[in-house]
Amino acid sequence: MSTNYVELVDYDEAVAKYDPVLGIEVHVELGTKTKMFCGAGVEFGGEPNTQVTPVSLGLPGALPVVNGTAVEYAIRIGLALNCKIAETCRFARKNYFYPDVPKNFQTSQYDEPIAYDGYLDVELDDGEIFRVNIERAHMEEDAGKNTHVGGATGRIQGADHSLIDYNRAGIPLVEIVTRPIEGAGARAPEVARAYVQTLRDIFRALDVSEARMERGNVRADVNLSLRPSPEAPLGTRTETKNVNSFRSIERAVRYEVERQAAVLDAGEKVLQETRHWHEDNNTTSSGREKSDAEDYRYFPEPDLVPVAPSREWVEEIRAALPELPAVKRRRLIGEWGFTDVEMRDVINAGALEIIEETVAAGTSPAAARKWWMGELARNAKEQEIELAEVAVTPAQINELQSLIESKRINDKIGRQVLEAVLAGEGNPEEIVVKKGLEIVSDDGALLSVIDETLAAQPDIVEKVKSGNMGPIGAIIGAVMKATKGQADAGRVRELVLERIGA
Amino acid sequence: MTDIIRLSAAQLAEKLRAGELTSVQVTQAYLDRIAAVDESINSFIVVTAEDALATAAEVDRLRGEGAQLHPLAGVPIAIKDVVVTDGVQTTAGSKMLEGWIPPYDATLVEKIKEAKLPILGKTNMDEFAMGSSTEHSAYGKTLNPWDLDRIPGGSGGGSAAALAAFEAPLAIGTDTGGSIRQPGAVTGTVGVKPTYGSVSRYGLIAMASSLDQAGPVTRTVMDSALLHELIGGHDPKDSTSLPEPQTGYVAAAEQGATGDLKGVRVGIVKELSGEGYQDGVQDRFDESVELLRAAGAEIVEVSCPSFEHALAAYYLIMPAEASSNLAKFDGMRFGLRVEPSEGPVTAERVMAATRGAGFGDEVKRRIIIGTYALSSGYYDAYYGSAQKVRTLIQRDFNAAFEKADVLISPTAPTTAFKFGEKLDDPLAMYLNDVATIPANLAGVPGMSLPNGVSDDGMPVGFQILAPIREDARMYRIGAALEAALEKKWGGPILAQAPELEAK
Repeated sequence: MSTNYVELVDYDEAVAKYDPVLGIEVHVELGTKTKMFCGAGVEFGGEPNTQVTPVSLGLPGALPVVNGTAVEYAIRIGLALNCKIAETCRFARKNYFYPDVPKNFQTSQYDEPIAYDGYLDVELDDGEIFRVNIERAHMEEDAGKNTHVGGATGRIQGADHSLIDYNRAGIPLVEIVTRPIEGAGARAPEVARAYVQTLRDIFRALDVSEARMERGNVRADVNLSLRPSPEAPLGTRTETKNVNSFRSIERAVRYEVERQAAVLDAGEKVLQETRHWHEDNNTTSSGREKSDAEDYRYFPEPDLVPVAPSREWVEEIRAALPELPAVKRRRLIGEWGFTDVEMRDVINAGALEIIEETVAAGTSPAAARKWWMGELARNAKEQEIELAEVAVTPAQINELQSLIESKRINDKIGRQVLEAVLAGEGNPEEIVVKKGLEIVSDDGALLSVIDETLAAQPDIVEKVKSGNMGPIGAIIGAVMKATKGQADAGRVRELVLERIGA
Repeated sequence: MTDIIRLSAAQLAEKLRAGELTSVQVTQAYLDRIAAVDESINSFIVVTAEDALATAAEVDRLRGEGAQLHPLAGVPIAIKDVVVTDGVQTTAGSKMLEGWIPPYDATLVEKIKEAKLPILGKTNMDEFAMGSSTEHSAYGKTLNPWDLDRIPGGSGGGSAAALAAFEAPLAIGTDTGGSIRQPGAVTGTVGVKPTYGSVSRYGLIAMASSLDQAGPVTRTVMDSALLHELIGGHDPKDSTSLPEPQTGYVAAAEQGATGDLKGVRVGIVKELSGEGYQDGVQDRFDESVELLRAAGAEIVEVSCPSFEHALAAYYLIMPAEASSNLAKFDGMRFGLRVEPSEGPVTAERVMAATRGAGFGDEVKRRIIIGTYALSSGYYDAYYGSAQKVRTLIQRDFNAAFEKADVLISPTAPTTAFKFGEKLDDPLAMYLNDVATIPANLAGVPGMSLPNGVSDDGMPVGFQILAPIREDARMYRIGAALEAALEKKWGGPILAQAPELEAK
């Protein structure tokens, strides 16, 4: 076991002294209908051990069959990462005993991945492009999930028994492995985060995964090592497992830089080991020591035949690839006139598609962004749902915006109408009519309210007349209140001024 | 002994079709025979009398209604206990799976059930099909009906002995290195290992995935052809199964039975004779060659120099795959679970205790060999080299099949040995499979049929090997030889076996 250094080296000091090198392994759960090697379903959150077959339970006699859709998705990912696609490749068994692995081997790919030798250009926060070289992307199956009962905080230490849910066992995964990421320097944490974020966006654009970090659809293992200078050979790395949010990726890299720098400064050696990330206190702790003694006894999976995607098929898939996020982002920034920051916020909020649909329905990009990034983003957050799951459609937002732009309602009433739509009371137009929310555009009706208000406040009228426009807001406010907000504030102002004769 | 149980499956099928017998009569006759002799032979681990009779009654009813039935409908069958059967205990001969009731059927069992063959029960075998004598079964050894002091072969000794003792007219076996053919040879019965991929492996408890193949165990070549056509064919659940339908075997057997082998080139494998082959075995082989020649076949000699290394390659590849296939037996999800007698009860320690208690010595031996062969640093020297030998053996076969349509050899170098004789000498036990293993390594089909009795009074087996996907050739040559032999003997070989005393 390694000593746990609590004394960290200040980050800036650490990166001034050492050159960090990253290596990132990302696992993405594919959004296929069935598992990697059998027909069991893959829905999230089912009752434990209900989405299983003899194959995914590893029962004696059961045999795997490769899910063709998973292969297609893996090829899509490979192509999007500028990889070569193998003309033929095999699955291999990775042998190790663990209760959440039903066969006590994981069916994976070893020396023959389906995709290899690619790269991904990652856009950093300031718009700089950083190229990450991809070593390989391979297919494999997920393990089940252990729940440890009786111990503190669900940990295995101190638990008196464990429960295993095999619903997740056999869900198709693609694992993407980078080559050593050099040259990031002090920006290593940002590069790591931006890389995984870019991958997440690509998975969604390719429609190969829901890619929801909070559900563990995308999981990252972050390898980090330090060396005295960019010319020096690679240092000893640690692998921090299951860092599953963008923020944590950034923090985990930062923490490991600070920790390893402390180890090296103390004249000690960094241990090659697996480390666990602790979300609660933003630290890593030593897991099992990784040594060459760990032997998975890989050998080609004899129950499966090689996967040999024809070149025609690969080209068909390539031709059908959707526009990738980076390209799309550049295009839309031009078309919509958003700033880079605005666009990034939209993407991070998962609002790009829905804003696109709203714009397609006829709303201006600015208005669409205002609705989805404002009221609706708040609503989604309150309900803890995805933006796309909010109970309003792009068409309804467009209808609402049209009502405002044609001045039949104002912004404030617009928000009320939206609430009613969210409450399932109907379409905006319908709600406005039903509730009589339309702006009072009849000057006669407005004038009588204005006259009453002015009569009640002669001193204000005097002030305005004498050129002090300050108190006019109070009069407009009173009129708006009297009309329950259903007046066009601009028109009210015009009429008030006219009446006073200022 | 009634005549019913001595009929071949084809004859039974004919009498059922003609209404001369009912399936219930036939099934009951076999169940009675099992009740009478199985205490001596121990062919069966489980007998499913009720289910068998229910299926038989259903067949009789359907036939009465004039329904279209499979030719083998109503003919009973026994199934090796390595094949998974829904709702019926499946143990693979191991303590590890005692009491395990599978929730699903192997594909070949589905086919048998669809064709409505009454299933008599599950037959005994060496644990996880590892052995050549059934002495490694956790459910007691099976005895050879020809001589109760001798082994019935293995791993499928239960299925072969059931046929030889007239406890079943048909059975299913599995063959990884000879487990169908060698028991056939030592019990005077017929066994066929089809081309790899001909019969679905879905639901076969795997020993070595790249070598395992299920096939027919019968008393005649024709019966094997009938059963092979029933259980064979593509299965989407087995990625390694062949895409094409498995047909033409019955027709080939019929053609062979006419006795005419003119234009057929038969190759004697030089390396599968000589030292280690018992005189009686070699003599019967030579006599059979003469019968084939007399039937018009052209006899040639072929050389397969790499066969010399087959046994060594096999004993690396098979244990390597087995060590991984058997990893799932860990007490976590099904079967035996043993908690350590002292110390903490962690998953890891339960796995270790379960595997320590549940597996027999031979299984442990192979898991250890296989684990070693796959270890990093040794992989290339062992598993890698063995795979190269495998390629060489395939090349030898290809070259040999340029010169001959089928290859022939004795099935096993000796007749059935006595219990205990080789139990403590694994290498001697392994040598019994020297002639059968090359077929598994190359994926080619092989058949064993009885071709006489040796000086020790025990039956001898004759092996026919054909190229991949050319299983029909074995049926033709096998049926021709069988016809010539039976003519010479004046009846089937099992007529020469001693009568079993009913207990």
